[in-house]
Amino acid sequence: MFTLTAILVDGTIYASWLFIVAAGLTLVYGVMRILNLAHGSLYAVGAYTAASAITWYLSAGHAPAGSYLVLLAAALAAGTVTGLLIERGVLRLMYGRDEVVMILVTYAVLLILEDVIKLIWGVESYSAYQPYQLLGRLQFGPMTFANYDLALIAVAAAVAIAMWWTLNRTRRGKLLLVVIHDREMSAALGIDVTRVFVVTFLIGGVLGAAAGALTAPVVSVVPGIGVEVIVLAFAVVVIGGLGSVQGALVGSLIVGIARAAAVHLLPEVELFVIYGVMCLVLAVRPAGLFARPAARKI
Amino acid sequence: MRTDPGTRGFLIAAAVLLAAGPFLPKWLSYIATISLGYALVVAGVVLLMRAGLVSFGQGLYFCLGGYAVGAAGKYWNLGDAFVLLAAAVAVSVAVAALLGLLLARYREIFFAMFTMAFSMILYGLLSKSQALGSTDGFNVSHATFLGYAPVALQGWLYAAAVVLSMAVAIALQRYLRSGMGYAGDAIRENEIRVEYLGISVYRVVYLKYLVAAGLGGLGGGLAALASGHVGPDMAYWTTSGEFVFVALLGGTQHIAAAFAASFLFELIKTYAFELSPYTWQMMLGVVLLAIILFLPSGLWSLVARGREALR
Amino acid sequence: MKGNKAMHIGLALGAVVAAAAAPVPAVAQDYKLGLVTFLSGGAAGPFGIPARNAGELIVDAINAGKVPAPYASKGIAGRTIQPVWVDEAGGPSKQVTEYRALVQKQGVDAVIGYISSGDCLALAPVTEELKKLTIFFDCGTPRVFEERPYTYLFRTGPTALMDSLGAARYILAQNPGVAKVNGINQNYAWGQDSWNDFIASLQKLKPGVQVGTSQMPKIFAGQYSAEISALQLQNAAFIHSSFWGGDMESFVQQGRARGLLDKQVAILTTGETAMFRIPEQIPEGTVIGGRGPYGVFAPDNALNKWFREQYFNRFNTWPTYPSYKMAQAILGLKAAAEKAMAKNPKPAEADVIAALEHLSFEAPSGTVKMAIGKGHQAVQEMVYGRFKLQGGKPAIVNVVRYPAECVNPPDGVTSEQWIKQGFPGAKCN
Repeated sequence: MFTLTAILVDGTIYASWLFIVAAGLTLVYGVMRILNLAHGSLYAVGAYTAASAITWYLSAGHAPAGSYLVLLAAALAAGTVTGLLIERGVLRLMYGRDEVVMILVTYAVLLILEDVIKLIWGVESYSAYQPYQLLGRLQFGPMTFANYDLALIAVAAAVAIAMWWTLNRTRRGKLLLVVIHDREMSAALGIDVTRVFVVTFLIGGVLGAAAGALTAPVVSVVPGIGVEVIVLAFAVVVIGGLGSVQGALVGSLIVGIARAAAVHLLPEVELFVIYGVMCLVLAVRPAGLFARPAARKI
Repeated sequence: MRTDPGTRGFLIAAAVLLAAGPFLPKWLSYIATISLGYALVVAGVVLLMRAGLVSFGQGLYFCLGGYAVGAAGKYWNLGDAFVLLAAAVAVSVAVAALLGLLLARYREIFFAMFTMAFSMILYGLLSKSQALGSTDGFNVSHATFLGYAPVALQGWLYAAAVVLSMAVAIALQRYLRSGMGYAGDAIRENEIRVEYLGISVYRVVYLKYLVAAGLGGLGGGLAALASGHVGPDMAYWTTSGEFVFVALLGGTQHIAAAFAASFLFELIKTYAFELSPYTWQMMLGVVLLAIILFLPSGLWSLVARGREALR
Repeated sequence: MKGNKAMHIGLALGAVVAAAAAPVPAVAQDYKLGLVTFLSGGAAGPFGIPARNAGELIVDAINAGKVPAPYASKGIAGRTIQPVWVDEAGGPSKQVTEYRALVQKQGVDAVIGYISSGDCLALAPVTEELKKLTIFFDCGTPRVFEERPYTYLFRTGPTALMDSLGAARYILAQNPGVAKVNGINQNYAWGQDSWNDFIASLQKLKPGVQVGTSQMPKIFAGQYSAEISALQLQNAAFIHSSFWGGDMESFVQQGRARGLLDKQVAILTTGETAMFRIPEQIPEGTVIGGRGPYGVFAPDNALNKWFREQYFNRFNTWPTYPSYKMAQAILGLKAAAEKAMAKNPKPAEADVIAALEHLSFEAPSGTVKMAIGKGHQAVQEMVYGRFKLQGGKPAIVNVVRYPAECVNPPDGVTSEQWIKQGFPGAKCN
């Protein structure tokens, strides 16, 4: 009984975190056809920026409650700056290349940013645990949950709703959907694809940085955290169907619950449960759960 | 038998490399041996890439080949390099024969991700198997050559790697110029038209996948013999990613590009480690970006350009 | 001109080879020392950089002749040390390549390094093949010298067995009635070995101790929400954890916030590296280890006083166990070279090796005895204690010191056999 609840709650918490990471990744892929490995770097930059900003803010003696605003501001700043640098500085020069070449371009960016992060923040770990502990905890039988983790579920839900609303209920969002559906046709119809690309990459970047910033109070921020995240996010996005936001949501939930179930019932298999799920889904649905059937061009 | 220019090229390259062997500094001939092993895996990646398939999971066969060599030495006391390498190829091809049934239906990014998932599962399994040393892996015993146990093992391994990989390169070169080889290029261009020609795309892809797996196993076996150690990180996704990287670095026009690129990549890494121990990743990233930006068809386009100029 | 393809390949390769083969000139009098630790990645912060700092400090001090007795002479056998730093990143295969480049290309006189056990296992046979004096300073797996003896290879830090066995002895002494323990360890060789040795030792010392749950998250996972719930569902007296670096700090942070660590006492086998970094996060009473007599566990001697003071002045932080282990590796090399000078004023590599075998030398951590592995593997005492904030400053109380012979197997017995047989020959008092 407790175990089942724990699996659901822990799974959903993990899924919320995964979704925020994966949402940006899948959006960028959907619009730009770039499977962005450097999304991991954005996550890392977001985490480092938030951790040092919160530490700086609190050590200046300001009200602890304000640290949540600092966190969000850090995410926004980190995502925008890094996103612009990557898109304008590198990707812009590479548009039109093969999808796989683009993966490698973003891999090179990931390598470079790993060292840039090291040059800025060093290799010491950073922690800004205050926002995590400030919200207190919830008792449930023998277990306790951190309210911060539970709040993360709400944040993820808000991100999902906002993305759905923007894409389906606003003019700009619909234009994005058009580009996702057929880039050449939308360019022919007069949509400024370059601008759409910049904006999309920035949104993706801010989401990646936000995921990192939201994680900063939970973990100790160390070199390499971006690389660890990226494969997980890939798995989620592939399970859900590349480019699909609903897919990323369902994919996160599946991966999150599966992982929590493994931790509680069979800790031995935690290491590869995610890849097992990915293989199963791909074997049954070759293009992921929410993929649109692609027209075969002759 | 008439030798075509490609074959002649590889024969000359083999002769040059063998003759140069004793004069190379030891660390360099080691890097050459290792990079020949990697190059075989890369050649497999190139083969698939020419058919429009990008495998982000060749580490699976690289690792299987390595572990086959290691385990055969450890548990059955097999020591002969050629037997061990044959075992590496056999294990890889056997696994590929099974997985290929499923994978040959996948294309594009899904092929890439699915292959990656399988190699990550192997990584997970090996990381859990304490008998095989978990993530630490285990050491591979010294190889013998047809009953002879050389003292200067490194030189022998280098020679064996040169002979083996050049032989494989010649065979691959011929394969790519055959009907089956060209079918791959056609599949990349347009699968449906190939089907209309009465060729089974599924079968062509399946066969190519088997060949690539065999190459991966052979490369892994060779790398294991040279480095003397195997570990699950051989199946980690970054290893597979590096193979794809090197394939693109060289370019897919010619099989020789895989060998040149793989050697160059190892050298770049060694120099990056030596020259900037704190920022080698950045150096690597910048070099890679520069190559993608300025040599979009890989290093081989330099050779092609040079040949144009000479003509 | 189609046949020119071969020439192009040949020329291209030839040019690369020629460029690469240019030899590196070396100053004959200098002692070129390859030093390898993690300079990037997750292990750099907690281990690699503290080790590098100590390495730089000791090398500079030795070259200036400023280390206290018995190391007051300049250089290694009079030769100035010229350090060559290499990043340990990239995995065992990459490190084999780098090691060969260090020895065969850069021509170093000796190599000191390696934190990862995987790297050590892969490199061990290569040291023998290249016949180069090599000292492993930190990696923990007992497998290295238990699998076979080596001539050129030494390890001046003790093996990881004593972390696990020491922890088992310590919690039994602290809480003889312990009936159930939990575990959370990283799912890779170090984490698996640490847990297996710990639980096997504990059950040998007190049969019938039960395991609540043994969690094995992926290394660098960072988020342990589900694992903490699972641990909370199994109420046990202790949670054994060989987590290190960011993973340990994350776990403590989350376990603290969720109240887990108020109910169950954590045994942090590498906790010493974090106690000055996140003192306000570690609950009082947490069992802290430092993988040997290092850091706060180091004995009170002149060498240690000098080392701590110098390190703090230069890096503005206290040295942790990787710093101590790096320092003692270099000092061990110096001690051996100095001892060899008695026979040969300009000792060759073979003389240094002969001197280092079975050597006992002084270090900031006290006496290091190269007692097992046919004189190539060090043993030291093991120390555990419990964390306490004293006047707002992190401190260790209830300290228990276990002599080397109490937590290390006798020469020739493997760790696994020794646990199975119930620690015959262990001298604990």
